[in-house]
Amino acid sequence: MSTVKASQHLWSASKLTYATLIVAGLMSIFPIYWMFVVATRSSDAMGQIPPPLTPGGNLPGNIERLFNNPDAYFLTGMINSAIVAGTVTFSVVLFSSLAGFAFAKLRFKGSNALLLVIIATMMVPTQLGVIPLYMLMSQLDWNDRLAAVIVPALVTGFGVFLMRQYASQAVSTELIEAARVDGCSTLRIYWNVVLPALRPAAAVLGLLTFMTMWNDFLWPYAVLNDPENPTVQLSLRALSNGYYNDMSQVFTGTALATLPLLIVFIIFGRQIIGGIMEGAVKA
Amino acid sequence: MTAGRVAQVEPEQPAADATRPARRQPEPPHRRPRLWLARLDTKASPYLYIAPFFVLFAIFGAYPLGYTFWVSLHDWDLLAAEHPFVGFDNYSRLLADGDFWNSVLNTLGIFVISTVPQLLLALWLAHLLNRQLRARTSFRMSILIPNITSTAAVAIVFGQLFSREFGMINWALDLVGIDAIDWRNTRFGAWVAISTMVDWRWTGYNALIFLAAMQSIPKDLYESAAIDGARPARQFWSITVPMLRPTIVFCVIISTIGGLQLFTEPLLFNSGPNPIRGGPLRESQTMTMYMFENAFAPHFNFGYGSAIAWMLFALIVVISLINVLVIRRLGNSTRKQG
Repeated sequence: MSTVKASQHLWSASKLTYATLIVAGLMSIFPIYWMFVVATRSSDAMGQIPPPLTPGGNLPGNIERLFNNPDAYFLTGMINSAIVAGTVTFSVVLFSSLAGFAFAKLRFKGSNALLLVIIATMMVPTQLGVIPLYMLMSQLDWNDRLAAVIVPALVTGFGVFLMRQYASQAVSTELIEAARVDGCSTLRIYWNVVLPALRPAAAVLGLLTFMTMWNDFLWPYAVLNDPENPTVQLSLRALSNGYYNDMSQVFTGTALATLPLLIVFIIFGRQIIGGIMEGAVKA
Repeated sequence: MTAGRVAQVEPEQPAADATRPARRQPEPPHRRPRLWLARLDTKASPYLYIAPFFVLFAIFGAYPLGYTFWVSLHDWDLLAAEHPFVGFDNYSRLLADGDFWNSVLNTLGIFVISTVPQLLLALWLAHLLNRQLRARTSFRMSILIPNITSTAAVAIVFGQLFSREFGMINWALDLVGIDAIDWRNTRFGAWVAISTMVDWRWTGYNALIFLAAMQSIPKDLYESAAIDGARPARQFWSITVPMLRPTIVFCVIISTIGGLQLFTEPLLFNSGPNPIRGGPLRESQTMTMYMFENAFAPHFNFGYGSAIAWMLFALIVVISLINVLVIRRLGNSTRKQG
């Protein structure tokens, strides 16, 4: 009897389990909650003791100061980030699903070796190539232009690998063969058979890609030096560097920059978690 | 060919399955004029579909990384007309550069005090999440939420939490009788503050990865261990941890690659006239920051910066290998015990 108890004990959740998880959850949420609290208060909120923990009524004024800020170009930053993240997301999903389909379902010479190369590239810290990449962008005359941020990210090894893993189990080989017998071209098969089956994985890849690009800092910081044409993360840096006396304005900026992803996460959180966990098991 | 016609094929599929060999490419005779086109399509399409990745990676990934090494062998000033070849001069200068070693120390220090607690905490959280829980999706979402906030936002918010005079953390320490800590201007304080930002953002993500791996461990392993009298703690160390070894290696390597390139958090944590230096006495300047300081504003010395990039690359490889070896050994010893 005691042995059964011992094995059950491992799976049952005690009050302590719940308490620990609730504390972990609160610690995860608190900094974001506090960011929104400060964004709704006046700029002396930061000096108050004890610190205020409930929202105030200053959000409209803070937003107005933020959008009229002459150094942050916050609205431009939001629009630029939307352009960058949107374009890259569309392209990553398209090219990754095409390549993933090829690796999972099409036979061609060298496919295994090429897939290994792709997995290896995921381990290479390409960020270390920023200096020649910067020189390359200078030659292309792309410095200070969004193309410099968009083009290198148009397809990723991670995306190809994720789509390949999903396609090999979700796409029916028989259906592809049947379509081929009917005279379908490969591209038509991709469009009519493969892409519909890949939709759940494509959604997860799209969400993860959008978040990564929206939050990206290092490369935009290196290549977009024109303060009037930033991404939203560069706007945040300009704010935090120059307006440390007006923290409610800075926090309004961080809150507004986080809000789109927060909304996406609240709607699609379940899918995102599923994608991360599925990817982990297969990798 | 339309989507509708493809869909019509579907109901016949199970019957067709049984009779059709797995691999077959029949060409109906009446299509013979287009045969070569179809053959070209099947032969060339796969390469065409994977080409975008390889082209893009060659231009924007592999070439810059390799070219970094070439640049590092030159005295390459952005504004100078000529870039003379100097061999390994940049590297020998680097090895004698105190500021460089300071950045190595900071990078390794922050890496250790962020990664070790982070992965242990993630393992523990995953272990708790792997039980029969109510509201499991809410718990998972709440610990993943830090991961969607940008590193810039994290650095700004935590920069305030760790502020010396009005920061909430010093206020809380004061409540329990601990004197205010100057997080920015002491080396260890800055390390702890920056590690906290990293851990806050990544612990939940790693916990979910561990959780996924834990769920694929067969339950009967635990049942037979329980019959043999192994207590829960023993089961965790003798079954869960060894079975998770590939996942732990994966997380450690990913954390090493990311952690050693740390840049945004320390940059934004250090406000002031010259944040790229990481504090007045370079208390928290990481290697990537030192690379930026030399390669871009204010110095624009591409050669020296590239040498730093390659040293960082070498360090990432070395630390990853050490980590893998250590985990192998740990895993083996726990297995022998069990």
